[in-house]
Amino acid sequence: MNQNVEESMSLAKPDVQDLSIKHKISVVIGVFGLFIFVLALANIDFPNRGIFLMLAIGSIALGTILYSNQIYSNKSKGIKNDSVWFKSMSSKGILGWITGIVLTLFYIVLYFYPQYLGLSSTGASNTGLIALFDPLSYLLSGRPASQWFVYGTLYTLAILIFGYKFMLKYKHNRYQQLRTGSVMFFQLGFAFLIPEFMARLNESASYNLPYYDLKSMWPLNYYLFDGWSINGFLSSGTLGLILLIFGVLSIFVVSPILTYKYGKRWYCSWVCGCGALAETAGDSFRQLSSKKLSAWKLERWLIHTVLVFSIIMTTAVVYTYLGSDPHKFWLTRATFLLSAGIILTSIFAIVMVFKRKELGKDAIFGAIGFFVIIASLFILYFSGTTDKIFIVKSSTLRSAYGLYIGSIFSGVVGTGFYPILGNRVWCRFGCPMAAILGFQQRLFSKFRITTNGGQCISCGNCSTYCEMGIDVRAYAQKGENIVRSSCVGCGVCSAVCPRGVLKLENGSLNGRINSNEILLGNDVNLITLLKR
Amino acid sequence: MEHIVIIGNGISGVTAARHIRKLSNKRITIISAESDYFFSRTALMYVYMGHMKFEHTQPYEDWFWKKNKIELVKAYVKDINTNTKTLEFDNRDALKCDKLIIATGSKPNKFGWPGQDLKGVLGMYHKQDLENLEILAPNNKVCKHAVIVGGGLIGIELAEMLNSRHIPVTFLVRESSFWNGVLPNSESQMINRHIKSHHIDLRLSSNLKEIVSDENGRVKSIIIAESGEEISCNIVGLTAGVSPNINFIKSTKIDTNKGVLVNQYLETNIPDVYAVGDCAEQHNPIGNRRPVEAVWYTGRMMGETIAQTICAEKTAYQPGHWFNSAKFFDIEYQTYGWVHGEKGRPDYEEHFHWTHEDDLKCITVAYNRNTREFLGINTFGIRMRHETFDTWLTDKRDVDYVISHLSEANFDPEFYKRFENEIIGQYKNQPQKTSV
Repeated sequence: MNQNVEESMSLAKPDVQDLSIKHKISVVIGVFGLFIFVLALANIDFPNRGIFLMLAIGSIALGTILYSNQIYSNKSKGIKNDSVWFKSMSSKGILGWITGIVLTLFYIVLYFYPQYLGLSSTGASNTGLIALFDPLSYLLSGRPASQWFVYGTLYTLAILIFGYKFMLKYKHNRYQQLRTGSVMFFQLGFAFLIPEFMARLNESASYNLPYYDLKSMWPLNYYLFDGWSINGFLSSGTLGLILLIFGVLSIFVVSPILTYKYGKRWYCSWVCGCGALAETAGDSFRQLSSKKLSAWKLERWLIHTVLVFSIIMTTAVVYTYLGSDPHKFWLTRATFLLSAGIILTSIFAIVMVFKRKELGKDAIFGAIGFFVIIASLFILYFSGTTDKIFIVKSSTLRSAYGLYIGSIFSGVVGTGFYPILGNRVWCRFGCPMAAILGFQQRLFSKFRITTNGGQCISCGNCSTYCEMGIDVRAYAQKGENIVRSSCVGCGVCSAVCPRGVLKLENGSLNGRINSNEILLGNDVNLITLLKR
Repeated sequence: MEHIVIIGNGISGVTAARHIRKLSNKRITIISAESDYFFSRTALMYVYMGHMKFEHTQPYEDWFWKKNKIELVKAYVKDINTNTKTLEFDNRDALKCDKLIIATGSKPNKFGWPGQDLKGVLGMYHKQDLENLEILAPNNKVCKHAVIVGGGLIGIELAEMLNSRHIPVTFLVRESSFWNGVLPNSESQMINRHIKSHHIDLRLSSNLKEIVSDENGRVKSIIIAESGEEISCNIVGLTAGVSPNINFIKSTKIDTNKGVLVNQYLETNIPDVYAVGDCAEQHNPIGNRRPVEAVWYTGRMMGETIAQTICAEKTAYQPGHWFNSAKFFDIEYQTYGWVHGEKGRPDYEEHFHWTHEDDLKCITVAYNRNTREFLGINTFGIRMRHETFDTWLTDKRDVDYVISHLSEANFDPEFYKRFENEIIGQYKNQPQKTSV
């Protein structure tokens, strides 16, 4: 008997239902829209680009909507994970690999060879796919399209149409619907439309605003404090100044308050654009994240290394920008470094005084990270007489970060590898913003996933569908609450649990982490024994 | 070094092993013929449905066992020599132990139906059952129709499994309404309607007469006792409950009845031999609990208890307040304390029942008619908090308190619609019942 039980227990493809007529029609419509893009890529010049662009976007949206309606509309309310591990797309089958490779190639072209998409060089008009998007770009911002405009449009489209699909899939779950509505809103409004309108303002000579997605905070938005960006803000009058202040406040005030009250989910699953794509277009791949202990170890090293890198890089960039002339800005290089050092040291001191116990063995790694940064500050101060810092230029550091972290990690690997490594690769292994929020979530937040006493049957649905690769079951089966820095609070573990064991909550800090073994059902005396 | 041998790598045996390791350095060996590593039996259904792969049902990674020095032996125990404390395997190997924990779990019931051992007849309990089902019913072209016999929790899960692959199912239930030996009538009837809404051919008050064979010794059809109707099918799922899996123990000196007989300390009549989990039978039942409890969490609790007895101090198995949970297709069910169906309901037990108009949610609160003490709750489609009810049961709260504080017990995800006001309204408006 040729049966590989460990791989998949399925002998035949069990999902034998053939596509219905309506299904087929929706596929035809969607593929038609995609085909217009393919033709544009092949440099076919459409006579009326505006109409063909609308036709393409409209067909893709309509096809996806019809298809989703076909899958979910007539089904009962409930969990819809049947056949997930039998489908080629969602179980690293041939379709999954093809999609992964195509996405990865797309990102490589987007970041490194935008001319293949039709980006013009030096003033000539666009061709190919980018030219197809010119009419929409002129309409919104009055400028010709760029590769980033094409990408932004497609990105937003994906979030909207797959967001619709996701909301249908979870029609029984208002938490899922609301947060999906929220990310759709923030993507369309804050990431897509507002920056385009801000670009309109720049037609006037008194404005020179940089591209700024208001909800995208440093350090995720690593270019916020680049020289050109700060120059842009500062040369855009009061509005520019307000935006810059908002950028700083959102990091140091807004985010800590919201994270304290609701955990990092307020950002990662309700606002963030990377999270938005992961939760909508990437939803079919959430089960592919590795739950191995080794993956967790790798995660912690990687994400915190990126965080340290991003802090050093940003400090160096701002330091260089400030210059040594004390009359140019009220903030001098020395005060800047000093205040950065003070802020970091106070955070470090507070954590070590109040949360030393919770950190356990991790304290040593936190300390190493802290001292690396402080040492860099000192080196900056003593060596940074010119724009050179530690031997390399700050601009070199900045471009290295932009290339390896900003482009390759977050884009090519983070999104291109969705169908292979799961939909939150970037959020889990790379995002410095997630590292900061997670750090706060673990130590200073009311958020936790509560385990409902002794009801867990160790089935593993929660762990399987955790996109962040958290072994949720390991906690639930012990009656422990789940308080993990990586948890983005998507709520899917709670949704897929067949026994109602998990609930995302903001509650009191007391007993937030402690396991409550009494609720496993045992008698009190035994519990005292177990605890001893 | 003392050698502890555990027969069975289910939740009871594995919990015992883990806790013994936490408490001591004793040598631990777990024996299983079913699988290499511990997996969650309750999750097998999700493997067939494609929600998970088999590896996802294993709560511990493969390195866990070696790291914790828990030896795993894949073998089938044929006999136990209690005099020499030796286990004999069917491959003629033997293993000596100092202490033995029997944790062999259950096996599906068969009631001597004609044709019950034909090819195409299976239970839904062991990993091997899942492998068989995958061969016999991979899709609705190979398996055009399935019959399930037995209206319990495994039966309805099997119906959901087959449904996920679009295999038509006829579901024979002996009772007049699904699981009404346990559930009050209105709940049971709501589940009947829910089963039918998933296009399951539910046949109530129907017993199996026989399973008919084709010329190759394979299932061809079944015949219903009451109507004599013959239903052709490719597989028959026997899910009429489970009983302790202890055949090989019956010939030993260890006392057995339905299960391995144990006292409150989970000790058998033979010193240093213990039994935990589904296969253990209490001499004296604890509270309202049955002498044999085939429930996931009781297995876990017995495992924790026996580890204390073996490594620390002698500890009685004292489960707290009864609770349990299940899922019937899309409807989640939880219960805390005792709510009886018609059968075996004490005279003093009175029910308050609320049903939502969508026919997918309801609760039943049981209380003592005379003292108004809260006895238990069944909740369908609304999640409730274990800790809260556990406290209320311990504090012996009265029913008025429980109903008016119901919102404290809600465990539904955030932003879900809440029904406490509606429930309290109905509770206050119900006609006063006079005790007869």
